Amino acid sequence: MKLPYKWIRDYTDVNADAKTYAARLTMTGSKIEKWENYADNIKNVVCARILSVKEHPDSDHLMICMMDTGAGEPVQVVSGAPNLRAGDLVPMALDGALLPGGVEIKRTVMRGEESRGMLCSMSELGLTEHDCPYGDPNGILVLPAEFGAKEGDDICQVLALDEEVFDFEITPNRPDCLSVIGLARESAASFDRPFSLHEPVVKADASDDIRNYLEIEISDPDLCPRYAAAMVKNIRIEPSPKWMRDRLRAAGVRPINNIVDITNYVMLEYGQPMHAFDYACIAEKKIIVRRSRDGERIVTLDGKERELWPETLLITDPTKAIGIAGVMGGENSEITENTKMIVFESATFSGPSVRTSSRRIGLRSEASGRFEKGLDCENAMPALLRACELIGELGAGTVIGGVIDAYPNKKQRRVIPLDPAKICAFIGADISEEFMRHSLLSLGFEIDGYDILVPFWRDDVEGTADIAEEVTRIYGYDRIPSTLVRGETTKGGFDARQRFDRVLERACLAAGYYETKTFTFIGPRDLDRICLPANSPLRLALPIMNPLGEDQSIMRTTPLPSMLEAVMHNCNHRTERLRLFEPSMIFLPQIKDGKPDVTTLPLEKKILTMAMYGDGDFYTIKGNAEAVLRAADAEDWRFLPCTDDPSYHPGRCAAISCGGQIIGRCGQIHPQVLENYGIGVPVYAAEMDMSALYALSRSEKIYRAVPKYPAVTRDLAVICDERIYALQLEDVIRAAAGSALEKLELFDVYRGAQIGADKKSIAFSLTLRSPDHTMTDAESDAIMANILKRLGDECGAVLRA
Amino acid sequence: MKQQLEQMLKRALEEISGADSNEYLENIRVKYLGKKGELTAVLRTMGSLSAEERPVIGQIANEVREKVGAALDGARALIQRHEADRRIASETIDVTLPGVRTEFGKTHPLTTVINELCDIFSGMGFAIHEGPEVEYDYYNFEALNVPKDHPARDTQDTFYISDNIVLRTQTSPMQVRVMEKQKPPIRMIAPGRVYRSDAADATHSPVFHQLEGLVVDKGVTMADLKGTLEFFAKALFGDDVSVRFRPHHFPFTEPSAEMDVTCFKCHGKGCPLCKGEGYIELLGCGMVHPRVLAGCGIDPEIYSGFALGIGLERIVMRRFMIDDIRLLVENDMRFLRQF
Repeated sequence: MKLPYKWIRDYTDVNADAKTYAARLTMTGSKIEKWENYADNIKNVVCARILSVKEHPDSDHLMICMMDTGAGEPVQVVSGAPNLRAGDLVPMALDGALLPGGVEIKRTVMRGEESRGMLCSMSELGLTEHDCPYGDPNGILVLPAEFGAKEGDDICQVLALDEEVFDFEITPNRPDCLSVIGLARESAASFDRPFSLHEPVVKADASDDIRNYLEIEISDPDLCPRYAAAMVKNIRIEPSPKWMRDRLRAAGVRPINNIVDITNYVMLEYGQPMHAFDYACIAEKKIIVRRSRDGERIVTLDGKERELWPETLLITDPTKAIGIAGVMGGENSEITENTKMIVFESATFSGPSVRTSSRRIGLRSEASGRFEKGLDCENAMPALLRACELIGELGAGTVIGGVIDAYPNKKQRRVIPLDPAKICAFIGADISEEFMRHSLLSLGFEIDGYDILVPFWRDDVEGTADIAEEVTRIYGYDRIPSTLVRGETTKGGFDARQRFDRVLERACLAAGYYETKTFTFIGPRDLDRICLPANSPLRLALPIMNPLGEDQSIMRTTPLPSMLEAVMHNCNHRTERLRLFEPSMIFLPQIKDGKPDVTTLPLEKKILTMAMYGDGDFYTIKGNAEAVLRAADAEDWRFLPCTDDPSYHPGRCAAISCGGQIIGRCGQIHPQVLENYGIGVPVYAAEMDMSALYALSRSEKIYRAVPKYPAVTRDLAVICDERIYALQLEDVIRAAAGSALEKLELFDVYRGAQIGADKKSIAFSLTLRSPDHTMTDAESDAIMANILKRLGDECGAVLRA
Repeated sequence: MKQQLEQMLKRALEEISGADSNEYLENIRVKYLGKKGELTAVLRTMGSLSAEERPVIGQIANEVREKVGAALDGARALIQRHEADRRIASETIDVTLPGVRTEFGKTHPLTTVINELCDIFSGMGFAIHEGPEVEYDYYNFEALNVPKDHPARDTQDTFYISDNIVLRTQTSPMQVRVMEKQKPPIRMIAPGRVYRSDAADATHSPVFHQLEGLVVDKGVTMADLKGTLEFFAKALFGDDVSVRFRPHHFPFTEPSAEMDVTCFKCHGKGCPLCKGEGYIELLGCGMVHPRVLAGCGIDPEIYSGFALGIGLERIVMRRFMIDDIRLLVENDMRFLRQF
């Protein structure tokens, strides 16, 4: 919300400098983001009178002018403007002048003739036809005599560009502050200065009555609590006067014509959006405010035909719609140059209704933005009267006597008890009752004993907490002391599961993996890229109704695509060796009738995802995954061959089983998947369900006595068929050795001619120990013999000679 | 004979002191103390001595044997030390050659900051909570005093799964979830991912992180809010940082405030980063709205509380002078290695 300081000061005599003003208003709740003075862009440009115009001897389009700049001797300037006329007062940039856009003007010589400055058009001053309707957009800006300017006057003063304009950031709970009056009241309270409201004085044709012309009916008072109207006849459409244009321009509003400008001016001043209809377009002298009917359409002021949703609140006459309430008027009732009579509308519409209408139609206007926030019904009438007053001041027409005010249920004022002790206890500051009363009064509250009457425009103030805020923001947040919370001690910090997550993360870090962060939504095509079949349950992902794009339209059910995206990025940037991990959230929806159920929350699971390439192979990622499992104190984990995960190489993928439950995957990414990502190196990945792992981890650790008796170490090499997995042999060895086996390590795999085709030799090192005596050779021999026998029986393995 | 022995000792000691290897020393030992050595030869002639002379010369001979033996031991030790010194000297390597690298990974800068904040708040007795990112509209909005069609919804462009389920736009639903389950005293923080339908550019991301904080107890005041957050800011940025509270508006707190901290770059003097203000907005906070408390079954006449919400990307970017938020999700190793 941009407002000029001067306009605010119509209502209060705050006279702090801009910096102090901005700082104080920011600290009382009306944040000023920045302020500017347009005149800072324009320096050394003055009004100068053209004394004479003659043709340039060496050019067919340049003219030589002698200018009176008010500083003694006439000055020569060369100009190419088509509208140069002796006697006119025009803006002239002197030698060393600064123009908007950082343009500097220097004395120069043009085709042999000296030019000691430049005559300026409106665009060279950064202005438009809307700012200067009196000017010729293609020539020098000629200043009208009515401006009363003289030679040497600073152009910024003359055009009222020298204004401090503040840019307020108004929070959505304070629509009353989207106005000069609202902010003037805040300013007055902030600086403890008086605030004086202007009572509009309307000069109307008392012999005529609006009831002769118009009737108003609110069919849907739930959406339109108040609809007030006034009428003006003998309309003369013309540009509004300079003072009004200057103010509108400073507030960032484009001046159009006197009627439109009045509605905008009143909106800025009172915060009440206004609309003007051409009376000639209203059939049967009647305005009806009602919900739209099936299939109803309207062409809005911007010339677009819009189909209306049911429930859209409309301004209509008995035959047609003439406006979408609170959003935009209809083209059919627009003010034109031929308009003779107008109806001013000053109404209040339900915020949610306007919000829905404007969203559905896809049309947001200054008015709709204000109505959405919920406006004060009581403000409609003063604003209407102010508009009528301005009609008189501008001579834009004759106000017809009387107003129509359809206001079925008059608003009641809210009453909140004043409880100074409670406020002090709540804030934790010692604020005097006197100060509370004084600040509340300055903000427009009324106080009757210990009853606070909330002003109509403060719908946001509902209880003591709000009153506390009002008082405290004027008192100053910076004056509240700083104390620390007292009371019962609470148990803080991470819980066991959160600490467990950190253990897993540390294991990844120790293994050399870097943490990544990826977006949790992906696109359906990402699932194609990781080769998920059409019937994969992972395809049943929660869709986002309003995604930013197809590639970010579903909540991921697998962390793999996002991780591969990161791998691809690094591969493309020629990272030679990569280790990445992410505790990745996935979202598994409830399935209803074969589809994701969008009415219940999905299961959110954290998957520890690791990916690597370079300097390693399958056994590297497996070793890293094992390190994580060890850090997790997981028990009974095994890596089982897994040939059916479509994203992984079927011969190089393992399912990670823990306590008999599959908790993850580990393997080489399928070459087809890598091709889909355009990744040219083998990539290895692991995925582990962190909460499943937590549930399966050994939570209690109990000391076991350090062994007293020495261990026996035996090596065992057996030859078996190629199809036998090492894990099968290990299982048999463990079962056969029983509790005597303390440690089993595979240390060699050998294939070669001596062994035979389709055979391999696998060598293990076994550590055997008895807890209560030194194991004898006979005992260990017996164990080894038993192992060999069972390996032969169950795996067809024989001792390697 | 005595003289003969003394001369032998003198010779032997001279030879030992001139020895430079163990072999040579061994030769000396054999030459003097061996079975066929000089001392043995002298002792053999002892039989020819008188009974009076014999013990005297015997004692001298023993002394000579001990002295030569001790000298030999000393010389051997010396040579061993010299040999060790030589060997060690020959093992000299170029210590400036690169070390064998054990690469440790690093946490993402966001995690680093989240962990730091968790540690600070843990120390103040705050528990850490986590909650769903796909959230009911009720928790994300309605229970936080933002009914349907409330204008505040416009300021948070929301991703919808359905009319009643959204991707949470803030971590504030965690306030409600915790208050529903736990009775005061409550001190908790909830860091997490949040979503807004903003197209990604240098300063916006549709996915980002916040940290929510909540304290509810009897007699919690706005002064406590100020004190706690000042403590937090100093713990995070150092003791010389100063903070400023400005009135603001959030539907679920009343009074509401924004907290600014002195600019990281100019330390309060005013610079382009802080737009000349000397302060930078850090977080939103306020006293929990009585309606929010009541909605969670906590009587606002007995209890009060404060809440805060911090945007974490902002802190990370400022701390590491990162100028584009997209770098945080690009996961480029050249970026990740730096933190």
